[in-house]
Amino acid sequence: MARHVAVIRFPGTNCEFDVVEAVESLGGTAEIVFHDQTSLGAADAVVVAGGFAHGDYLRPGAIARFSPVMEAVGAFAAGGGPVVGICNGFQVLTEAGLLPGALQKNAGLKFRCEMSELRVETTDSVLTSASTVGRVVRIPINHFEGNYTCSEETLAELRGEDRIVFRYVDNPNGSVDDIAGVCSAGRNVVGLMPHPERACHELLGTTDGRELLASFL
Amino acid sequence: MTFDAVVHVSLRPGIADPQGATIERALPALGFEGVSGVGVGKAISFRVEAADEAAARSLVEDLCHRFLTNPVIEDSSISLQPADLTVA
Repeated sequence: MARHVAVIRFPGTNCEFDVVEAVESLGGTAEIVFHDQTSLGAADAVVVAGGFAHGDYLRPGAIARFSPVMEAVGAFAAGGGPVVGICNGFQVLTEAGLLPGALQKNAGLKFRCEMSELRVETTDSVLTSASTVGRVVRIPINHFEGNYTCSEETLAELRGEDRIVFRYVDNPNGSVDDIAGVCSAGRNVVGLMPHPERACHELLGTTDGRELLASFL
Repeated sequence: MTFDAVVHVSLRPGIADPQGATIERALPALGFEGVSGVGVGKAISFRVEAADEAAARSLVEDLCHRFLTNPVIEDSSISLQPADLTVA
């Protein structure tokens, strides 16, 4: 069982403390790993946290993917280690080629900051193994560029290989096929736009994020 | 040789362009008729040192593919011209 989580921080990341808090509340331990590090230490799992890495300049994630730490994340993922990218972290993982597709500006050109409902589509992923297929979880979103886009071939592959991990019940951003999160072919890399780490305490209106994060703890 | 390069980044055909669509929808209200096909992209300009124009183009193409565009959603076009080094 993975217990110690490396939480990646780039200049402009702003959700790293929320992830640490959530992991610790679930009994795990966490450390923040800065973008210029070349090692993940003794991590059993990696979370690429949300925010605005490098100011989202050029494209979200475009500059962050060249950070030294991303080589370590890539090697960790290649070895089968659990890697979860949340929001901007999802964007970084697509730019780094660890997940397929890309995140475009929201269809309505609105920054959407609200509660969303997601349907868990597969439990064969590092973020949903403790959940149930078909279960609807309430997890907040907070993004401008969350409109998941990919080629038709990629979409067919994702569907055929059961790699669409979450779909929005009510699509907030124009994502193709209502996709909120996908996983890699090895199922150990998951990216999603909603923020499970902000859904771990009753004061926040939902604790549905706990069963997701518990999947890799 | 030194070249001035401009890379125009545009969304690939078939990729939704909400900014272009929003601008296009606003045009009639401003009295502009007969404008269609609005697309929003970006232009990135820089200076390149290379042995000749072919080498400069090859370098810029590589830069576009690996960094300046996301090939999943974006295309690029490159214009290159010998730099006027009398201008800073």
